Amino acid sequence: MTTTAPTAPAAPATVLPSAPSFLRATGIVFRRQLRIALRNPAWVIIGLVQPVLYLVLFGPLLQPLSASFGVENAYTIFVPGLLVQLGIFGALFAGFGLVAEWRAGVIEAERVTPASRTALLFGRILRDVLQLFAQGLVLIGLGWAFGLRASLGGMLFGLLLTLLLGASCAAASNTLGLITKSEDVLAPVVNSIALPVLLLSGILLPLSLGPTWLQVVGDVMPTKHIVDAIRGAFTGGWGIETLWGSIWSVVIFVILMWVGTRTFRKENA
Amino acid sequence: MVKFEYSSLTNERGSIVIHARGLARSFPTRAGRDKTEVRAVAGVDLDVEAGEIVGFLGPNGAGKTTTLRMLTTLLTPTSGTATVAGYDVASQPGLVRQSIGYVSQSGSTQPEARAGEEVVDHGQLYGIPKAQATARGQELFAQLELDGMWKRAPKAMSGGQRRRLDIAMGLVHDPQLVFLDEPTTGLDPQARANLWSHISQLRNGRGMTVFLTTHYLDEADALCDRVLVIDRGTIVAADTPDALKRQVAGDLVELVVGDRAQVVPAATALSALVPGESAHVDGTTVSLRVPGAGSHLAGLVRELDDAGVALVSVDVRRPTLDDVFLTLTGRSLREDAA
Repeated sequence: MTTTAPTAPAAPATVLPSAPSFLRATGIVFRRQLRIALRNPAWVIIGLVQPVLYLVLFGPLLQPLSASFGVENAYTIFVPGLLVQLGIFGALFAGFGLVAEWRAGVIEAERVTPASRTALLFGRILRDVLQLFAQGLVLIGLGWAFGLRASLGGMLFGLLLTLLLGASCAAASNTLGLITKSEDVLAPVVNSIALPVLLLSGILLPLSLGPTWLQVVGDVMPTKHIVDAIRGAFTGGWGIETLWGSIWSVVIFVILMWVGTRTFRKENA
Repeated sequence: MVKFEYSSLTNERGSIVIHARGLARSFPTRAGRDKTEVRAVAGVDLDVEAGEIVGFLGPNGAGKTTTLRMLTTLLTPTSGTATVAGYDVASQPGLVRQSIGYVSQSGSTQPEARAGEEVVDHGQLYGIPKAQATARGQELFAQLELDGMWKRAPKAMSGGQRRRLDIAMGLVHDPQLVFLDEPTTGLDPQARANLWSHISQLRNGRGMTVFLTTHYLDEADALCDRVLVIDRGTIVAADTPDALKRQVAGDLVELVVGDRAQVVPAATALSALVPGESAHVDGTTVSLRVPGAGSHLAGLVRELDDAGVALVSVDVRRPTLDDVFLTLTGRSLREDAA
């Protein structure tokens, strides 16, 4: 031990560089994440291939059913479902990237800087939202080529709800990744959430085609109402489902962002 | 009353930059059905002066990393207090983070990213303008022998280069106090020696304070001004490596004689050097710890020669930090680290 008087030292007189603002820090994290994603675009492309395959290989099977959906072209009904699928699946896998970053020591290195810990989450979510936006545009563009017809406002509104849902799922996945720090926990959780959501939200086919019991079960899924709201926006059928879908999107967004922010801010995460 | 001054350019020796009292951390754990607590760190007191290289030495699981994580605000202490660079870790974590550099055991960069960009982004997270972070990063790359690595992906670097990149990451904001967690684990001997010289340079060239953890005895010995020995969550000794080794009573003198008949006269002569002690005999080997063995050796050999004892070999071993650890805890650090 030192022989110096063991009293706590006074605060230093040095002027420290001031910590970056929340927005600045979010921007730095976002830029870094985007740069890394663009340098290895395999995941962005793989994420897009699945819905495109659905669009090309499954969409034609729906065409004969167009009349029973009340639309001229089945793609007007199908693309909104694929948007939600893209939003949920693509973003839910964000946590795997976070676990890899944790293992490489990146998260801890960032957490020991004075930058806001919430910014570490928000910068990552922004990357996922931008990626989803680009994928959504490609999907809508392809759908248009296949005969989808909808108003510009309707499509933008549908895309907006998709982005909200995607941001929520990205927040949930990043949070889960930070808590568990393990792909082995993350993978079964993501799968067990994704499959029922896919089947009970009427993503591939509207649940209105099915028996009453299935419709009742589907009504419990918030994502079913979001799919319906996006479909409504595409077909021009604005109504009570638009409202419900919007409310659910915002509620899910607020809850998952709040949980994510809390987790990232915790001292011992 | 001592007044502590802290300058960003030259740390005055004598001012305390790390001050911890009763720092403790428990983790909840499950043993069968019962919830219990594991005390990873059980009340650590330590003071580190500006400009020191202090080594935190102990076996794996002794509480080194947990203590380091508390001092760097990554973990909240269960009890106790700590002041780092003049700020309280519990109530002023942001200011602590601004004042220190931290190089963790697990690295700090994305394997697919580019080294230079990682360093600049990291600097910007500390609030440093991009141009300044770039200039400082390039300066650090030159100092740490990473020339030409600016655009290289960390995954394409050697282990030693990656560790030096991690150090550059931890120093981009020019902290006066840096924490290194097991800096040379997993490196080959050459890369380790190289990293040691870089770490010494931080202190000698920049006047930095370096606090590092290690479970390597030679590392603590070669690099550190002062060693804190930690075992089972508490500090069991704290001093310079030489002073710690002096605590072990003397150098080990080992004589091997030609045949068993000569063991007794050899043991008698050796025991005579240390009043009250008797030599340890194992086969034809006779050994004893003798303080300042060097000054007795010539006389001892002459005496044995006169007595007709033919020595096969004479060996004098200075105490190592492992002997210190063994004396303090009753266990060898080597076995533990293996």
